[in-house]
Order: sequence, then C-alpha cells, then structure tokens
Amino acid sequence: METAVFIVCAVIVLAGALGVVLARNPVHAALSLVGTLFGMAVLFLNLEAHFLAAVQIIVYAGAIVVLFLFVIMLLGVDRLEDLSVEPITGQRVLAALVGLGTFVLAVLFLVTSDIGPAISSGPLMRDISDQYSNLRQIADVLFTDYVYAFEATAALLTISVVGAVVMSRRMGRSDEAQESAGDD
Amino acid sequence: MVTASWYLVLAAALFAIGAVGLLVRRNPLIMFMCVELMLNAVNLTFITFGRELNDIGGQVSVFFVLVVAAAEVVVGLAIVVAINRRRPQATADDLSALKG
Repeated sequence: METAVFIVCAVIVLAGALGVVLARNPVHAALSLVGTLFGMAVLFLNLEAHFLAAVQIIVYAGAIVVLFLFVIMLLGVDRLEDLSVEPITGQRVLAALVGLGTFVLAVLFLVTSDIGPAISSGPLMRDISDQYSNLRQIADVLFTDYVYAFEATAALLTISVVGAVVMSRRMGRSDEAQESAGDD
Repeated sequence: MVTASWYLVLAAALFAIGAVGLLVRRNPLIMFMCVELMLNAVNLTFITFGRELNDIGGQVSVFFVLVVAAAEVVVGLAIVVAINRRRPQATADDLSALKG
C-alpha cells in the first residue's frame, strides 16, 4: 500500500515539477505547482508527518500559490511565453548538465551518506513510540529548544509584511515628485 | 517495500528539476516557482531523515523552512510588482542592471 501511494505521488510530484518548468503560460505553471505541492503533502502523510502535511496544503497550496496567481492576474502577464528562443547560446545545454550533475551528486551524497547503508536496507515504516501525537511532539520541541528561533520567525514575518506593503504600494503625490526629481 | 532511499532520490530529482528551471526560465514568477520546488525537495529530505533517525527535529526544521519560504515569496512578489510598475513585462534578462 505504501509503495503504491509512493509511486502515484512521485509521478504526480515529478509531472507537476516538469509542468512548472515547461509550461508556456504562467497560470498553467502555477497550477502544476499545486499538483506538486499536493503530491508532496501526501508523501508527508506517508512519512507520518501529519502536521506538516496539513500545513503544506494550507500554507503552500492555500496561500502561496494563490498569491502567485493573484500577482499573475494583477500584472496581466498571463500571456504565452515563447520558449523556442534560447536567450543565451548554449544556456539550456549547460543548465541540463548542471541539473544532471546536481541530481547525480545529490543521490550519491544522500544515499551513500554515513547512515545511508543502514537506512536503505531496513524498511522505512516502523512503529514509533506513539504515545504523543505528531503535533504534540513538534510543539514540545518548538516551544522549548527552538523557542528563540520561533520568536525570530514572528519578527521575520512582520518585517516581510511591512516590506511588501512599502514596496508594492502606489507612490503618493509627494513620493512621485521626489522620484521624478531623483530620476533627473 | 519503500525505503528511505526512494524518497531521497525523488527529492534529488525534484531539486534538479527546480534548479534547471531556475537556470532556463526568464520569467521572474516562474523562477520563484522553481525556488519553491527546490525548497520542497529539501523539505522532503529533512522529513525522510527525521523519520529514519526517529528525530522530530527534522519536522521542526521543515516548519521553519515553510515560514521563511512564505516570507520570501511575499517579499519577492512585492519586488516583482514594483518592478512591473516601472518596466512592464520585464524578464530577468532585462533587469541585469540595478538602476531603475
């Protein structure tokens, strides 16, 4: 059962990823991204990361992709992009080489790392001491060992919201006057 | 039986696809999406290793990656909106100079 779920989700994830890279229309790319993120959420469930699977759906598919689609619509860039022209000569060949090298090196590094042989021989799913739920385990660690990092993320999110508002708001009259003066 | 290696190979493939997309595509929005793909690949690696080592720290790391990814997308898309106001339909190649 787990194998079947993995294979189906892996196909969805890779097809969605290829869709993001190859789609000519940005809207199609965003929808392919939803497929990838959804398949990834199911894989998280397969790995017993229940909380993160829910967060993946809510934050990524629910917020980030909607934000992407909103910006695509706002800017009106939902036109087809001509992919037949290569902007820089030889760029795609080099990019494919880089991608292949990344893949091979990552596989070599991950699978043959120190704990690689041990993990690749044993079955992945095993009984963990499940007296605590996944959510409670995460919360225990998050609010003790990582509490300063958690507080820092609050500051990070606040700063990013303020920065986004400052950068994307339309310039007021006085700002525009300053800006045109600066351009001169 | 699915072993951890399968998940790691899948994550590596996803990371490579995201990297190629980031290098090849010229639309800033698509480039952001490719960055999200790479972040997701790393998340899958974190969770797989956390599961193998029976350590919840992997999942906590993924939580922080999610938060930082959300902040990154917000700021990045705001930059894209601000750039598009001054230079409509700009691609990454058009923006090689930092002056307006």
